[in-house]
Amino acid sequence: MNILVCVKRVPLTGGKIVLTDDARAISTRHLGFTISPHEECGAEEAVRLVEQHGGSSTVLTVGPPEAEEQLRDVMAIGVDRAVHLVTDDEEWDPQATAAAIVDAIREVPEPYDLFLFGNESADAGNYQVPIRVAHALGLPCVTGVKGIAVSDGQLRCEQEVEGGRDIYELSMPAVITVKEGLNLPRYPSVPGRLRAKRKPVEDSTPPRRQPRLEMVRLHLPAGSGKQVEVLGHGPEAAPAVVGILRELGLV
Amino acid sequence: MVLVLVESLDDELSRQALTLAASLDDAVHAVSGVGEYAPAGWGRSLLEVIEELSPSAVLAPGTDRGNEVLAHVAAMLDLPMAANCVAISPGDPAAVTRIRWGGSLFEDATVHGSPLLLTVAPHAVAAEPVEVAQLRELEAAGGDGMVRVIEHVPASTAGVSLAEADVVVSGGRGVGSAEGFGVIEELADLLRGAVGCSRAVTSAGWRPHTDQVGQTGTKVAPEIYIACGISGATQHLAGCKGAKKLLAINPDGEASILASADYAVIGDLHEIVPAISAEIRKARGA
Ligand SMILES: Cc1cc2nc3c(=O)[nH]c(=O)nc-3n(C[C@H](O)[C@H](O)[C@H](O)COP(=O)(O)OP(=O)(O)OC[C@H]3O[C@@H](n4cnc5c(N)ncnc54)[C@H](O)[C@@H]3O)c2cc1C
Ligand SMILES: Cc1cc2nc3c(=O)[nH]c(=O)nc-3n(C[C@H](O)[C@H](O)[C@H](O)COP(=O)(O)OP(=O)(O)OC[C@H]3O[C@@H](n4cnc5c(N)ncnc54)[C@H](O)[C@@H]3O)c2cc1C
Repeated sequence: MNILVCVKRVPLTGGKIVLTDDARAISTRHLGFTISPHEECGAEEAVRLVEQHGGSSTVLTVGPPEAEEQLRDVMAIGVDRAVHLVTDDEEWDPQATAAAIVDAIREVPEPYDLFLFGNESADAGNYQVPIRVAHALGLPCVTGVKGIAVSDGQLRCEQEVEGGRDIYELSMPAVITVKEGLNLPRYPSVPGRLRAKRKPVEDSTPPRRQPRLEMVRLHLPAGSGKQVEVLGHGPEAAPAVVGILRELGLV
Repeated sequence: MVLVLVESLDDELSRQALTLAASLDDAVHAVSGVGEYAPAGWGRSLLEVIEELSPSAVLAPGTDRGNEVLAHVAAMLDLPMAANCVAISPGDPAAVTRIRWGGSLFEDATVHGSPLLLTVAPHAVAAEPVEVAQLRELEAAGGDGMVRVIEHVPASTAGVSLAEADVVVSGGRGVGSAEGFGVIEELADLLRGAVGCSRAVTSAGWRPHTDQVGQTGTKVAPEIYIACGISGATQHLAGCKGAKKLLAINPDGEASILASADYAVIGDLHEIVPAISAEIRKARGA
């Protein structure tokens, strides 16, 4: 079973987001980078499925040269190889991103059986790149999956919905987008990290298409305007807390 | 005219989408899917309605299904789609404001193409009454690649659901261990609330992901959210900003969570939370 998992490099923002002076990006001077938790689960699932069913796994990103760091991180948990579609610093819109991924997929000599994506990207959250890829390749697609079982080339996928779970069955090749909770991703081991440094990364530079969903600028929501009331220090504050709970009708 | 994909005409998030649609055009038509959910099949049928009515814009609520069906339409038409918008001004290109990072950041963007395809961020616009010219039923188109739901497994009804709980007592890395959640569970039980947690906790395997609150977890909207040992990362706050009141329990008087909190108790949760539980029992005379 050959699996492709797609990930996106994003800044790891903490308690506060600070924008660059031109307001077109998050200021990352003091930040690390990561991928979405959904995508981490996608990578873990790829590794598990290959452990169970054989085959190989590949991680792909469309991103700046620095995104190689995220490809190495993903290979450190056991993904076999990487494809890096290198971009300039400008953000790519979902159509351009999907087109670049589709072109790269069409070029591989050994076709993939399964394409795993995150349900939505951590930063832009456009909810559409995987669906566009599925249409371009003529493949079925299920989104927001929290359970995958494979037997005889058939996939059984579970999706969480209000009041329970919806089940889908489809045959491979297929495009699946996953949500955090699908599995508990392993931490990369030290040998895993060392091996990842030697795994192959195939680079190419796709042409950038004119964006049709074009970011103009970013801005922060108005602050909560809240002024925190400190009820006290340590266990002595318990009666004050219960006073608040009583006001809310809870005690 | 504008076309809106609704869950139903009474559904709150659909009404919010209708409200934003009515700001674009007086003639609002609605469609609603029937039968088992079939994302691509509904998308294909929606495309047929679009071809027949030629709307200037097609909107849907920014729910899992709204985002998914509209993305299928966008892919079939090779048009851009803007997900989770909070404001739109029509034109060529249209200008929209949409949310990023689960609502922690806004983006102004332009959308080139017609019809305009967009979804409306939940709870960003207040629903107003909208006159709907016509509501049509949408049946899933058949054909290759049209997956559909084949079975629905109901959730177990044990306990209070996190998304709907009136009280959420939530623990973060500061709880220290899986066993440490005993005091959190005790307080949640006393208040007939649900237990929540941060991602640091689910990643450590102390609680299941179903308890995680945040951008990639559950969105909650309780009367009060009690955050114990949680620092207040934007991705966590994205899940609990619907709470009416937020109480933070943290030894760090500089923790980011305090900027979003109504109340705070400074100190060790392992001393404070049991003291609150004891005080509640005392107040109830038990
Ligand atoms: C794309 C993306 C999505 C994410 N989605 C989510 C999400 O859905 N939900 C989520 O929670 N996170 C999410 N995260 C992770 C998030 O960025 C933070 O890493 C996480 O929320 C931190 O959890 P925490 O506050 O428990 O831990 P920390 O940040 O380590 O904070 C621990 C806190 O505990 C306090 N503390 C320590 N000891 C005690 C004590 N004895 N008593 C009381 N307080 C104590 C400390 O002062 C500190 O404030 C996401 C990240 C990314 C990049
Ligand atoms: C200007 C602006 C203001 C916003 N204000 C809030 C806010 O005050 N609170 C908030 O939670 N989100 C707010 N949001 C939306 C937020 O950023 C997320 O988009 C939102 O939580 C929905 O995420 P979702 O699509 O995952 O929701 P869903 O998965 O559709 O939501 C899950 C469930 O959470 C509950 N829920 C979520 N938000 C609320 C709420 N505000 N009131 C009651 N129930 C809710 C509902 O039961 C809902 O069905 C705001 C967005 C914008 C742009």
